[in-house]
Amino acid sequence: MDSEDNRETLTRRGLLLGGIVAAGGAAVLATGALAQGTHERGTSAAQSEPAAAQADPYATPPAHAGGHGDMMTVGEVDYARNGFDPFEVLTDWYTGTVSTTPDGRTLRTFEIEAIDKEIEIAPGVMFPAWTYNGRVPGPALRGKEGERLRFVFKNFGSHPHSMHFHGIHSARMDGVPGAGLVGPGEEFVYEFDAKPFGCHLYHCHALPLRRHMHKGMYGAFIIDPDPERHPEEADVARSRLLGTPENAKWQELVMVMNAFDTNFDGGNEFYAVNSIAHAYAKRPIRIEKSRPVRIYLINVTEFDPINSFHLHANFFSYFDTGTSLTPTLKAVDLIMQCQAQRGILEFSYAEHEPGQYMFHAHQSEFTELGWMGMFDVVEA
Amino acid sequence: MTEMATPTGTAPRNWTRWGWFALPLLALAAALAWIVAADPMRGFSDGAPPVEALTFERTILDDTGMHFQVRAGGSEPMTIAQMQVDDAYWLFTQDPPGEIARGATAWIHVPYPWVLADAHMVIALTNTGTAFEHEIAVAIPTPKASPGQLIPQAIVGMIVGILPVAIGLMFYPALRGVGRGGMNFLLALTVGLLAFLLIDMSEDALELAAESAALFQGPAMFILAAGATFLLLMAIGRWRGTPAGLALSFFIALGIGLHNLGEGLAIGAAFAAGSAGLGTFLVVGFAIHNITEGIGIAAPILKEKPPLWSFLALTLVAGFPAVIGLWLGSLATAPQWSSLALAIGAGAILQVIVEVSAYLMRSNDRKPAILLSPPVIAGLIVGLGFMYVTAAFVKI
Repeated sequence: MDSEDNRETLTRRGLLLGGIVAAGGAAVLATGALAQGTHERGTSAAQSEPAAAQADPYATPPAHAGGHGDMMTVGEVDYARNGFDPFEVLTDWYTGTVSTTPDGRTLRTFEIEAIDKEIEIAPGVMFPAWTYNGRVPGPALRGKEGERLRFVFKNFGSHPHSMHFHGIHSARMDGVPGAGLVGPGEEFVYEFDAKPFGCHLYHCHALPLRRHMHKGMYGAFIIDPDPERHPEEADVARSRLLGTPENAKWQELVMVMNAFDTNFDGGNEFYAVNSIAHAYAKRPIRIEKSRPVRIYLINVTEFDPINSFHLHANFFSYFDTGTSLTPTLKAVDLIMQCQAQRGILEFSYAEHEPGQYMFHAHQSEFTELGWMGMFDVVEA
Repeated sequence: MTEMATPTGTAPRNWTRWGWFALPLLALAAALAWIVAADPMRGFSDGAPPVEALTFERTILDDTGMHFQVRAGGSEPMTIAQMQVDDAYWLFTQDPPGEIARGATAWIHVPYPWVLADAHMVIALTNTGTAFEHEIAVAIPTPKASPGQLIPQAIVGMIVGILPVAIGLMFYPALRGVGRGGMNFLLALTVGLLAFLLIDMSEDALELAAESAALFQGPAMFILAAGATFLLLMAIGRWRGTPAGLALSFFIALGIGLHNLGEGLAIGAAFAAGSAGLGTFLVVGFAIHNITEGIGIAAPILKEKPPLWSFLALTLVAGFPAVIGLWLGSLATAPQWSSLALAIGAGAILQVIVEVSAYLMRSNDRKPAILLSPPVIAGLIVGLGFMYVTAAFVKI
């Protein structure tokens, strides 16, 4: 019995030690909890200083926030590094170099290079793109109905590429495998007549098509109507023809609706017109209210079946594919386009009061992932 | 003579030995310097983007929006370029701003007007366009450490932890009279219930480990922490002899207490995540489930006369950690720390399983055969079975 008691007391001492260890452990846990508590307080205090404006996410956004409030990408895209500015892309027509063929026709020669290039498609987000002339969308090519067009295409990329034009041309000029699809380091010259007039596009037709499309190989291809060929509607045709005084009255913009799948999961992370998410939301496009607006709108969005364009507080005429001089839709405020569908929008703010007018895809998801912008309508 | 000569003789030899220790360390330093300077891995850089990993460790929802603590685990420092909530980009602030180094954490604050009881999908998009998703299954305000929250949580913790242990211990007077067979049955019952708790905890710990950042090596951390705790407690317990009687009861209470800490963490986390409206049914289930814990604690002291305070102490050691767990868990603790707490508990439970089994053998003339006797087998099965069946009340 004695020895039993002895063992018992000794064991209790052991237990005491165990208790100390347990208490120590509990103390460590408790300190951890305290540390977590203080960290939390520390950060919330730090947060309230720079972001006082966003203290109440449920409050109505202030007017200067342009109607999008806190729902916006953070930061700015470095356009200089990208080598193209979405504000220049809007009006930056590539009309080539003009010469005359032996039979007296106008020949326009365009030089296009396929280049692999990492571009910043949203603030801070880099995308390994395949480009025409280092930009996405590629240059907005523009000529006149009936001209001879020549495209000298050099592939400096790492994959085979081509230029496939939506227009009328021979099979040899189609830009598909076996007809103008060229490997890295190679060159091909596409040549055909500019027809039909309208708002078209070109894109790479190398396979897999889906990848070559969503990597950025597309651009606008505009053929202006020749007024002489359309005597009935010569005035309208002249207003569409770049370089005429009638055309100079218009504010013409090219908008290519595109999107980027940055994590290659078959769904887009960013949507935009002319690549840069929220670019025209953060800095509105200036519109002089006295001048009518014409938008060459092209959809190249991959993965999603359709895209759309909705104009706030206004209605527009729509010329599907731009191949007619009379509107195919009159007085609409929304149109939708499947991939490669395109058209011309014409509208005016002449009767409006100056202010900021929104435009965006009316698929809310696309809008909130970057495809929205503003027109800043000013007196002029 | 020799003893006097030894100290003077060993001193230089010690220096030599330290010198030899320095040799491999210097070689390592030189090798690292060469690797950094010469970069022999350059040939392998084939333009592939860096491997990126981002773990959402804590999520706090309050009236200023959403707040996430994220941990980077990529091959290079990571930059969070944009934050998406429910397929829309939102302004956010990061604290600290800039790149997040491997292993480091940062808080992301998104002023998103989240909707009570809705689900939200959050995506952190890095500068390479990689998306890291985080689902908020049910959005509810994260509980804060305020008296208004701590007291009701403490009450739930007491119902789940302290109440059943106390009730179980109240069987003590009734059980005092049991014979050798009854005693063996009760000890085996204790082992059975502890075995269930061990399985239950290990499962939870490994589940949490899987949620934690890869650099914590969750499963390895669980096994190492549980093993180390087991060995440490065994060593402490057997410092001077094997634990028996009241000491063994305290060890059981400690192990069960750590388990209840884990249970509290789980309930608290369920509060924080909004994934469980903790109904009366669930709380009652926990209470019944844990009654056997009190009986288990009482088993080793049935043949002794412990002082009355010890019952109070045993109850608190075994039950109060549930309250602490609930408090910690409701503050949205990071999964690896919850896993670590559970691992420590699992080690402690394993130690008491060994010690109670040893005690069972010892009190039966050290015959291992007793472990296969009908009362012991019956006790094991009843213990495991009772725990399994009552656990059905609390599993969702």
